[in-house]
Amino acid sequence: MIKIATALSVMLIAATPFAAQATPDDDLKAFRSYFTKKFPEVPVNDFINGVYSIDAASREQWEAFEEFPSYEISIDNGEEKFNKKFANGKSYADCFPNYKKGIKQNYPYFDTDKGEVVTLEGAINKCRTDNGEEALKWSKGEITEIGAYLASLSRGQKTNVKVPNDAKAIAAYNRGKKHFYAKRGQLNMSCADCHYYYSGSKIRADILSPALGHTTGFPVYRNKWAGMGTLHRRYGGCNKQVRAKPFKSQSDEYKALEYFHTYMSNGLEINGPSQRK
Amino acid sequence: MAKSSIKIRAKVKKGEAKVKCLISHPMETGLRKDKKSGKLIPAHFIQEVVCEHDGKTVMNAQWSGTISKNPFLSFEFTGAKAGDMIKVSWVDNTGKSDTTEAKMK
Repeated sequence: MIKIATALSVMLIAATPFAAQATPDDDLKAFRSYFTKKFPEVPVNDFINGVYSIDAASREQWEAFEEFPSYEISIDNGEEKFNKKFANGKSYADCFPNYKKGIKQNYPYFDTDKGEVVTLEGAINKCRTDNGEEALKWSKGEITEIGAYLASLSRGQKTNVKVPNDAKAIAAYNRGKKHFYAKRGQLNMSCADCHYYYSGSKIRADILSPALGHTTGFPVYRNKWAGMGTLHRRYGGCNKQVRAKPFKSQSDEYKALEYFHTYMSNGLEINGPSQRK
Repeated sequence: MAKSSIKIRAKVKKGEAKVKCLISHPMETGLRKDKKSGKLIPAHFIQEVVCEHDGKTVMNAQWSGTISKNPFLSFEFTGAKAGDMIKVSWVDNTGKSDTTEAKMK
C-alpha cells in the first residue's frame, strides 16, 4: 500500500509541474472561476456555444446557421446507420442500451479494469469490432454521423465525467492537463495560451474561444471542413496551427487531452452536434 | 428513395414567405480525382431547382458543379399566406430528380 502511495505521489509530481497537489476538483474550480471572472456577463451554461457566447456579431451569423443547420443530414444518416443491424443480427443498441436517454455526457470515462480512457468514438468502434464488423475511420465520415445521432439524444444532459481514485486514471488526467498547458510546435504555443490566457482576444481576424464548454458541442459541422468532424480532428487542426506535428486521432495523447478537457466542462449541458465556422 | 433528399422550412410573415431548404446531394464537379484509383469522379450535380406555389413558379435556379455539397438554399417571395403548400424540386445532370411538398407556417 505504501509502495502504491509513493508511486502515485511520484507520478503526480512528475506529471504536474504546475500544481503538484491540485486535485481534479480543485483544477475544475480554478478553471471555472477564471472564465466566469474573465467573462462576467456570460451565463456559465452559455459557454457551450463557444466563441459565440462572447462575441455578438459572430453569434448573429451562427444563429442564422443554427436555424437550419447542416448537421441535420448527419443526424438522420446516423439514426439510420445506428438502427441497421450488423451481420450477426446485433446492433449498436445492444452495445449502448441507454442510448435513448442520452449517453454522450458520460464520455470519455476511465475504464479502471483496462486502465484506459474510453471515448464515445472508441466505444462505437469497439462495438463494431466485437460484432465482427470493420472499424470505422476515426475522425470523419460515418463515425461522426453515429456520434451526431447519439449526441442529439443527449442534448440538455449535463457533462458528467468522473476521475476515479485510481493511479492510472489520475495519470491519464494529468497527461491531458500537461498537454493542455505545455508549449508545443514551432510557434511555441500551448492550448492554454490561446484558449485560456488569451481567450476572447483576436488572432488575426478570428476571436479565440474560451476552453470552457469546448467539448459539449462535438461532433461539429464545421463550415471550413464542409463536413463533420470529431473533437480529435479539431485537436489535430489546432496542433497543426501552432506548427506541431499532430497526434493521431484516438491516440493515448488525445484521449488523455479529451479526458482533461471534458472534465473541465463538467456540469455544462451537451449541445452537440453543433455548427462552427 | 424512401426518404426525401429535400428538407424544407418555410414561414410567412405579412404575405412575405421565407423559404429555407437543405438538399442532400454529393454535388461532384467532375474535376475531382479518386485518391486511390487516380480516375476522375464523374460529374454529378444539381442543374435546376424549382419552387412552385399555387401552380406558379416562384423561384427557378440554374446551378452547376460550383455549388457545395449538401447545398443550403434560402429565398423569399410575396403573395403567400400561412398554410399554403409549396413544392420544391431539383433535377441533376444525370437526369435524377426529387420533389418535396411542405406546408408554410
